[in-house]
Amino acid sequence: MTTEQLHDVRLHVNGSVHEVQVPARRLLSDALRHDCGLTGTHVGCEHGVCGACTVLVDGTPMRSCLMLAVSAVDAEITTVEGLTEDDGTAQGRLSPVQQAFSDCHGLQCGFCTPGFLTTITAGLRETPDPTEDEAREMIAGNLCRCTGYQNIVKSVLRASEIVAERERGEA
Amino acid sequence: MTTKMFGAKVARVEDQRFLRGQGRYVDDLLTDDPRLLHSAVLRSPHAHARIVDIDVSDVLDLEGVIAVWTWDDLTGPMAEPLPLLIPHPTLTHGRTQYALARDEVNYVGEAIAFVVAVDRYVAEDAVSRIRVDYEFLKPVVGIAAARAAANAVHDDVPDNVGARMEQENGDARAAIATAPHTLTLDLDVERSACTPMEGRGTVARWDPDTSRLTVWSSTQTSTGVRGCVAAKLGLDLAKVDVVTPDVGGGFGVKINHPWPEELLVPLAAMTLGRPVKFTEDRREHFISSAHERAQQHHVEVGFDDDGRVLGLNVEFWHDHGAYTPYGLIVPIITSTQLLGPYKPANYRVVFESLYTNTVIVTPYRGAGRPQGCFVMERTMDAISAYLGKDRTEVRATNFIQPDEFPYEHGLVFQDGRELTYDSGDYPASLVKLKELVGWDEFEDFRAEMAAQGRKVGIGLACYVEGTGVGPYEGAHVHIETSGKVKVATGLTTQGQGHQTAFAQIVADTLGVRFEDVEITTGDTRKMPYAVGTFASRAAVMSGSAIHLAALRAKEKALRIAAEALEASEDDLEIADGVVSVRGTDASAGTRIDLGTVAVLSNPLRYAFDEASKAATQFSVGDPGKPPVAEDDEPGLEGKDFYSPPRSTFANGMHAVIVETDPDTAEIKILKYAVVHDCGNLINPMIVEGQIHGGVAQGVGGALYERMAYDESGQLLNASFMDFLMPYATEVPTSIDIDHLETPSPLNPLGIKGAGEAGVIPSAAVFAAAIEDAEGFPIMSMPISPSELFELRLAHADEPHPLTEESA
Amino acid sequence: MKPAPFAYLRPATLEEALAALAGEQGAKVLAGGQSLVPLLNMRLAAPSMLIDINALPDLGHVRVAEDGVRVGALARHAEVLGSAEAEQAQPLLAMALRHVAHPTIRNRGTTVGSIVHADAAAEVPMVLRLLEGSVDVASVRGRRTIPAAELFAGPLESTLAHDEIAVEAFFPALAPGAGVAFQEIARRHGDYALVGVAAHVETDGEAVTRARVGFVSVSDVPVVVDVTDAVQDPAGDPAATALAELDPAEDIHATAAYRTHLVKVLAPRVLAAATDHARSRAGEAIHP
Repeated sequence: MTTEQLHDVRLHVNGSVHEVQVPARRLLSDALRHDCGLTGTHVGCEHGVCGACTVLVDGTPMRSCLMLAVSAVDAEITTVEGLTEDDGTAQGRLSPVQQAFSDCHGLQCGFCTPGFLTTITAGLRETPDPTEDEAREMIAGNLCRCTGYQNIVKSVLRASEIVAERERGEA
Repeated sequence: MTTKMFGAKVARVEDQRFLRGQGRYVDDLLTDDPRLLHSAVLRSPHAHARIVDIDVSDVLDLEGVIAVWTWDDLTGPMAEPLPLLIPHPTLTHGRTQYALARDEVNYVGEAIAFVVAVDRYVAEDAVSRIRVDYEFLKPVVGIAAARAAANAVHDDVPDNVGARMEQENGDARAAIATAPHTLTLDLDVERSACTPMEGRGTVARWDPDTSRLTVWSSTQTSTGVRGCVAAKLGLDLAKVDVVTPDVGGGFGVKINHPWPEELLVPLAAMTLGRPVKFTEDRREHFISSAHERAQQHHVEVGFDDDGRVLGLNVEFWHDHGAYTPYGLIVPIITSTQLLGPYKPANYRVVFESLYTNTVIVTPYRGAGRPQGCFVMERTMDAISAYLGKDRTEVRATNFIQPDEFPYEHGLVFQDGRELTYDSGDYPASLVKLKELVGWDEFEDFRAEMAAQGRKVGIGLACYVEGTGVGPYEGAHVHIETSGKVKVATGLTTQGQGHQTAFAQIVADTLGVRFEDVEITTGDTRKMPYAVGTFASRAAVMSGSAIHLAALRAKEKALRIAAEALEASEDDLEIADGVVSVRGTDASAGTRIDLGTVAVLSNPLRYAFDEASKAATQFSVGDPGKPPVAEDDEPGLEGKDFYSPPRSTFANGMHAVIVETDPDTAEIKILKYAVVHDCGNLINPMIVEGQIHGGVAQGVGGALYERMAYDESGQLLNASFMDFLMPYATEVPTSIDIDHLETPSPLNPLGIKGAGEAGVIPSAAVFAAAIEDAEGFPIMSMPISPSELFELRLAHADEPHPLTEESA
Repeated sequence: MKPAPFAYLRPATLEEALAALAGEQGAKVLAGGQSLVPLLNMRLAAPSMLIDINALPDLGHVRVAEDGVRVGALARHAEVLGSAEAEQAQPLLAMALRHVAHPTIRNRGTTVGSIVHADAAAEVPMVLRLLEGSVDVASVRGRRTIPAAELFAGPLESTLAHDEIAVEAFFPALAPGAGVAFQEIARRHGDYALVGVAAHVETDGEAVTRARVGFVSVSDVPVVVDVTDAVQDPAGDPAATALAELDPAEDIHATAAYRTHLVKVLAPRVLAAATDHARSRAGEAIHP
């Protein structure tokens, strides 16, 4: 068996450049986790249904398990690790969506959470002040087995408030 | 003044790492280790076949493949069948599989060969190159086929019966024979599965420098995995450490152990001298992890004019799949927990546990209780319909009353102890539930909806859940010289927020700041004796153990502080990590912080830090005696175990209002209400989260999820495309919850378990509500719109059979 | 669940892509990949080469002209759905796209890709057929236009030759006096439909001059049935007319009888809605 050809791929993730060498079949989810060491993106089904692996590709939520790393060269990718806001500390400040999940008990085991956080981050840019129905619609493509979604819906609504509070300089 | 943490809605400490993408789940481990190897498993594509030959000759030619194992390569205990974890005298024909199939496969998905390669992609390439010759055998799929026994799953198990068990309190058949009214019902529940978002996974590393094996596994029992790895690999227990990192959900499936990969991964790591990882993918999870729920029940019930149950005789058939590694826990729970909050005068239950050529069955959240609740609550509804009585009235007639606790059922529970309920107030719960769901106003609502051409129905279901089963859990509390409190308990965590809830207990018991407490779970290096996280037992067992261990640490802290402050222990109190003489101000000599007490607890007192320096101002101990007294030890620690005489019994009631579309037969949830009693609440936010999750999982089990096997034993829906886990759009838009707190007298905190409760009454409550909307009986769950449509056809032009006689 | 190995090409021009496709019998085209990559991951498809067209220029358009909507091969469902002009010109497109999986899938998946995937359970192929649209395909041999009626050969099988790439789909504009409607029943929100039905109705004043109904998930290829006669006949039964040409199958989610029943429920509903739609549009045209 001949050696599988490796491709030099330059991935732009969370503002950093990762030069990786991967075979063409390497899924973006695996490249992020295993080649870039960004294990915050989780893999729950590898057929595009569960949404745990959702990352932002040029700001738009996409399934990283349904993209090839070689096909992501021209994109700016944001993973859960890139959501925190720079506040001068090493850790950074939780983004409004992250903070809302903490406030509202929007997670339990935390495995599906990164996909929800990325999805909602983009969703709130499009719908900054969602109704409860819109909040539910925003997360309707992500599976969670722990929370029953009740507190995730609340987190979406709370995140929208935090965005507004921070814009007003209240938080 | 320290704020009381017990009972407060404290935000979870674990969320910080999860929200930042810094959780560490098994597949995240060792990702930066270039020596890490990956594995894949060849799984049987056939449900029942003899293995004639396995040809792996092409595999090692593939670049990147390191090794391949089949059963022929296994030696010693590894070549023996996997353990039967929980034997039972009635499990006369228990069978377990081999880590790799020896000469027969009994379900699609059974492990046949194990490949280790440089990455998972290559490992899967290698698996596809293995050629197996099979001699096909006839598969047994489903309970009907297993009972018919035209074919056998195992040649040496007659009639596919693994176990037959009977329990009786009184003489149920005689009571039914003489009862004023009798009914018989046949009630079925189909297969489903836990399906946590993270599948199974194991990483192992052999360290030649220290001759130690470290295994990280996504398990619900690290001590269990440690024990079996040591036994199977022939290692001293002391050479094996098992660490459970963050776990992406369990719901029961990860309590079974050892999974074949939990042994093969460490075997490969030791053989190859390199770390090895196995990460189960979603398809594998469907066909090689465990399922549950499939049971068929036949009920005979005799009752009086008030609906009081005089005799209840239940026979049921439990599909346990191809093997019985976890014994009879699920059907035993059904057979005992079926009784719920009721006290039938005479009760007999008999079950057969049957082999089929399908994936094994081990407990799934609720573990046999959803089926039992379905049986009992459908029976209550049938009695109500027969007598034309309100369904809540018949239930109330049969309730165990508050003054009857402890209540003995005269049966033996899953833990081998007497089935004795500790506390509860079922009539009070029912009052709350009726209020919460609007039970008494429902007929007005029904009429209002009917006027719009809409069909609605209401249902309720009650359950009692044995929680906090023994035998024990332990805890170790260590107060460091910094004043920080490090706590270890051995059971594992799968998202329940143990790091928060347990820290709340420690903060209160010890009088320290919540922020100063750090909890470690599931690490055998820190707590080698532990059981595991299942049966809603973590809060009761480890919560109590942690409380006891913290009391011991506190006791010691007070003793040392009393000496240092020259005060009586009785006059001391601890708040915010500072011991002080009660009623004194903050002047010197009346206060000492716990960090300093920790320094004083250790006669070896190098002045590393300010706390050690400060400690020199106190003189402790008698110069005439040894620095460490005979009955003492250095350090400020407390360790204790909690081992209760028997389980606690949480309880609750759910009600739902559904709308069924007259045209499309779609089923919509309009209102969902829960009254829940798990004793004292440690963190109501976490408990409500558990209820939310349970209800959603229950909605899945009642309306969406099933394992669709065809006759040949192929699982037709082994993906999230076709196994329909609910999204946010399928669950109730809100869940109204009310709590009742009847403390358990069995543990110092008065708590009962809460983890599984939300899922127990789902099948029962949805069946009741749909039946109420449609006017014909719902005897089989789950139910889809297609099935409801077919039932409508079957019952067209037919009066309601349950109300017919009373009409 | 990892793909089997394949060679990979990311051409910069269509010519380069077409040449590569012509030269490699086992090659497949990768656009959005939302149907293809799951098949690769499950190893249900194992192409020798993937030709990734995502870097090709000038294929991401959603162009709206008087005659209809032209959707380039790289336009994502979300972009088509986001075009108010496209919705204005042909409302059925947006009505159907809202039912395509979930937004995250629509962000990557392409409308043209969905068409050539030719899944009878997918909304877009049926819509293209109902609207009598077409697909432009290119190959080293040249370009041609395939009318929707000739596009679907069998289950998951289009009539594109192996060396052809679909570069654009054309959805005709909704004529004045015509109306459309779409409804589907799915197990979960965002799932493939158990049954989906769309209607296209043309009216002249109060009279219905033409009525056609398209179906999702009730046949193994996208099916459109002309029910004009049944609609015009006061005693007619358009659903029965349609069912004569359908073959609802049983699967794990629905019996054939239930699918048949849903056709009977949904067909009259969408026909009525499309007729109302047509009349309201006619009304608008008269009274702007």
